[in-house]
Amino acid sequence: MPRPGFVLDVDRSTPPVLVWHGEGFRLERLPAERSRVVYAPEPLAALRDPDDAVRQALESPLGGAAPLRQQLRAGMRLTVAFDDLSLPLPPMRRPDNRQRVIEAVLDLAASAGVDDVVLIAALGLHRRMTEAELRHALGDRIFDAFAPSGRLLQHDAEDPAQMVVVGKTDHGEEVEVNRRVAESDLLVYVNINLVAMDGGHKSTSTGLMSYRSVRSHHNVRTLQHSRSLMDRPNSELHSSAWRIGRFLGQHVKVFQIETTLNNDAFPSEMAFLQKREWEWGVRDRASFLAASRGLELLPPSTRRSIFQSIDAPHQMTSVQAGEVEAVHEVTIANLHRQQVVDVEGQSDVVIFGLPHVGPYNVNSIMNPLLVMCMGLGYFFNFYIGKPLVRPGGTVIISHPTPWAFHPVHHPSYIDFFEEVLPVTTDPLQIEKGFEERFATDEWYRHLYRTSYAYHGVHPFYMWYWGAHALEYAGSTIIVGGDRKAVRRMGFKPASTLADALEMAEDQVGRDPAITYFRCPPVMLARVS
Amino acid sequence: MPALRKPLPFPLGAPDWPAAVPRPPKRDDLGVNYDTAWARSYPVRLARAAYTELVTRPVMAAVAQPTVAGLDRIDHVEGPVIFAANHSSHLDAPLVTSVLPERFRHHIVTMAAADYFFDSRLKAVYFSFALNAVPIERTRVNRSSADRAGSLIGLGWNLLIFPEGGRSPDGWGQPHRGGAAWLAARSGRPVVPVHIKGTGRLWPRGARRVYTGQTTVTFGAPIAPDLPARELVTKLEAAIAALADEAGTDWWSARLRAAEGATPPLRGPEASPWRRAWALGPSPKDAARRRRPAGERRWPPRA
Repeated sequence: MPRPGFVLDVDRSTPPVLVWHGEGFRLERLPAERSRVVYAPEPLAALRDPDDAVRQALESPLGGAAPLRQQLRAGMRLTVAFDDLSLPLPPMRRPDNRQRVIEAVLDLAASAGVDDVVLIAALGLHRRMTEAELRHALGDRIFDAFAPSGRLLQHDAEDPAQMVVVGKTDHGEEVEVNRRVAESDLLVYVNINLVAMDGGHKSTSTGLMSYRSVRSHHNVRTLQHSRSLMDRPNSELHSSAWRIGRFLGQHVKVFQIETTLNNDAFPSEMAFLQKREWEWGVRDRASFLAASRGLELLPPSTRRSIFQSIDAPHQMTSVQAGEVEAVHEVTIANLHRQQVVDVEGQSDVVIFGLPHVGPYNVNSIMNPLLVMCMGLGYFFNFYIGKPLVRPGGTVIISHPTPWAFHPVHHPSYIDFFEEVLPVTTDPLQIEKGFEERFATDEWYRHLYRTSYAYHGVHPFYMWYWGAHALEYAGSTIIVGGDRKAVRRMGFKPASTLADALEMAEDQVGRDPAITYFRCPPVMLARVS
Repeated sequence: MPALRKPLPFPLGAPDWPAAVPRPPKRDDLGVNYDTAWARSYPVRLARAAYTELVTRPVMAAVAQPTVAGLDRIDHVEGPVIFAANHSSHLDAPLVTSVLPERFRHHIVTMAAADYFFDSRLKAVYFSFALNAVPIERTRVNRSSADRAGSLIGLGWNLLIFPEGGRSPDGWGQPHRGGAAWLAARSGRPVVPVHIKGTGRLWPRGARRVYTGQTTVTFGAPIAPDLPARELVTKLEAAIAALADEAGTDWWSARLRAAEGATPPLRGPEASPWRRAWALGPSPKDAARRRRPAGERRWPPRA
């Protein structure tokens, strides 16, 4: 029986706790009697037979939808869209959930005699996936059956011939969607719900739409009013995405399939990363010492290669299919079962140790903008109710924050960092003064469409993702980061965690209460 | 002073357990619950046979230099049997195993204290492998460990058991507990009394180092389990005491004393602790010093 998450009040007997630091980790001792550590629940048991569970879900869908078998017929146009490489994190061991689900869908389509089937990677404005990444997500059988005949597509939000405007919501949000989706008799969307932000109508209204649609929810106003991004009823971003999704649902029949994973994120050789420190046995301590000392000797690029090669032993804990909203409600309940930790009250300081990978640097570099997005966008928003830190409190992030960018994946990030941030770090000013130019830049558009680059506007979204935290928190300190890069973003650099805690006292007063959010594994703090 | 030794800092040493977190109940698959069945699988038996021949026997021959007597008394005995020996050192079990005839040597299970040899996974694995040890509760009567031992005899395994229940605290024997006799009565298999002389001087309880020296292992005639268990305990204790007498003197005079009921008791004189210690004779440490004249260097030896 996996144990639930819990909050440890740090006292003198508490051993040092593990803090992630990019491609590495450290043991840090937290001040006794005024610190606490939030630990994630242990991984839930996996479904005993996930393939059978998928088949069951397709046969008995939720929300009044007819079983998928009954919706398939010869001569129809079927489109299967699936989440891109930003999910799950770290990438899961094969077979991926998407492979299991899509194979089951295709089995049904084959037996119903559906010839016109197209698979679309729902990239939104993310970079295209490489063949290896597609094979990892879908499996070789699907890739070899669909890719050679051009029936495995990657969503291209900048291809005017492939996008079609289907209308506007009652809030004036434009709905411009992939033409193939709009013209399909049935869209089957296959999702992996790693965090509470994913899934539901957001899958289609982000993954299969254009910049014109995405900008109606990916903007500073909605993100400042998304409290949090991980709590849909209180997220302005999701309200907009839901309106767009519902509008799309009036034109396209959508059959949503959502899956959840347990939080078993690291292979057994690195089991100590998931364990509570006082339960580390000899093997865990030896692994920690060998890994941390070994990593110190390696150059950053080798460290990155090692960490990016980690495949998580995640396992499917639930699968549900049918009408989008009914499905998503069950998905979120299942996700909460794995991720929610109850936390009492806020603190003056919150500490986040950022790992090596986020949604936008799979097989890539976590550049300073992604550090900001992970810390202030994702980790800060892993709450329901109230943030872990009080208004005006201090956020401390541990990450090396190198001044390094992947030139193929993140070209517009480089220019954003060099041209925009020196002028202002205010999200509203950035949005007003720079977004349009980057979003419509022909070179970025070309790279997005033909290379493996994120869309020109993507670095802006990274910055907006942290807009709520920037407005809410009093200061942000990055421990162990490149000083110039940290200052460029308007944050304060600190050499050690102890220094950062000293610096935080200038903002929040002496002897502040501290919360260390020990993530990964991914969790969601329900703060009362 | 071990208690004052500073523990290694985490993560080199074990972490502290936070006061706010309740400790989970100790895993109960160690101690008397440790399952040693794996150690009796065929590949492990092969590996243990190699280990016994290549490691245990040469090491015992070098360290304990055993003289073995009385093997002729067990020549004709058919297994399985229960070997019951006096106990004063950790060397006892490997020593007895190493001097047993081959037909017993690779087919013997050692009953070992669950609270000492099976309290950590590493120790449990090592002793299960090296000695084919099976945990037995020595602080209280435990039905399951007795049943386990009984079923092993039923499967044809010979047992090595130390009826004193633990190593001697002062070099003299301790009163016997009923385990060996009870097992013999229950299984109907004979008990072979074994006396081990000298190991208590080489590696006594609490000692940090092992000395080398000479030992004697004497096997007695098998005792048939045709008596009530209580009487069998007395008979076994007397048999081992007689073997001790035999090892210290000779067979005939030991027999005479046994017939007169004058065998010196294994438990030593009823006297103050220092006199009991004195009666054991000089320590091997002193003996080693005496062999080397004062002031003479240890190495290299003089030509």
